[in-house]
Amino acid sequence: MKELSLNILDIAENSVKAGASLTEIRIEEDETHLTLVIKDDGCGMSEEVVKSVTDPFYTTRTTRNVGMGIPLLKMEAEITGGSFSITSKSQDEYPNDHGTTVTAVFDKTHIDFTPLGDVSASILTLIQGHPDTDFLFIHKLADRTVTLDTREIREVLEGVPIGSYEIIKWIEGFLDEQYTNQEE
Amino acid sequence: MKSLAELKAIKEKMKDKVILREGANDVRVVVGMATCGIAAGARPVLNTLVEEVNAGGLSDKVTVSQTGCIGICQFEPVVEVFEAGKEKVTYVKMTPEKAKRVVEEHLKGGKVIGEYTLGGQNL
Repeated sequence: MKELSLNILDIAENSVKAGASLTEIRIEEDETHLTLVIKDDGCGMSEEVVKSVTDPFYTTRTTRNVGMGIPLLKMEAEITGGSFSITSKSQDEYPNDHGTTVTAVFDKTHIDFTPLGDVSASILTLIQGHPDTDFLFIHKLADRTVTLDTREIREVLEGVPIGSYEIIKWIEGFLDEQYTNQEE
Repeated sequence: MKSLAELKAIKEKMKDKVILREGANDVRVVVGMATCGIAAGARPVLNTLVEEVNAGGLSDKVTVSQTGCIGICQFEPVVEVFEAGKEKVTYVKMTPEKAKRVVEEHLKGGKVIGEYTLGGQNL
């Protein structure tokens, strides 16, 4: 992938497909490292499946027998000398506390680090494509924290679709302002 | 700073429009957004479609949505156009520029762009 933000979009799509009602996307950056955590409350996976998802020849898809999303992210993290982990609790075993968490740590100073890119575009794409599920996005930078919680927005909207063009545009501006505003 | 009060104002303006819109859309444009599509550049294609459909005043008629892997990964980004009573059109190897043309000539003008379709490729 050309941008890490595209991996984020890709992995979060898995969460939505797993039936998540809330998908949390957290990015924490300091001068040398970037930590990405994608956590959902979807159906989860059994221990056996979790072990196999980092294998590129494992997929739930029926159109083809290869699943590249997770292996790609793992490779991109590890190539920088960072780390990758995935933990999951399946709905069958943990009916009240299920879901999957993917964590990837990157060394930003490594020459093979994939730049984060346009993470706002990925968040907007997720909301536009999956207006019936919620996303919590928190991006901690050295001098600011950018936050978006679709549950808060949904509350204001009172039934107006969150995926409509006008609302997506507002969210885009809301994120953009948080990234560009000079803090006092 | 953008506030939730501003969002509320947008919502109030949209309320009536939304009721009108429901069920009116008879053209569905679907973009493949699995790993293959995303890696090939589907995100800017999707965003261009959303922008252009709205800018062209087509949002009452056309819905832009996302789907998973369509099964022809080597042709990603793939965009499918579904229209009631017509055969599905599959556009392949899409770019934001091609997406603009699809909105203008196909969605607005009603003319399929043969050279961008799967059938139009030299296989």
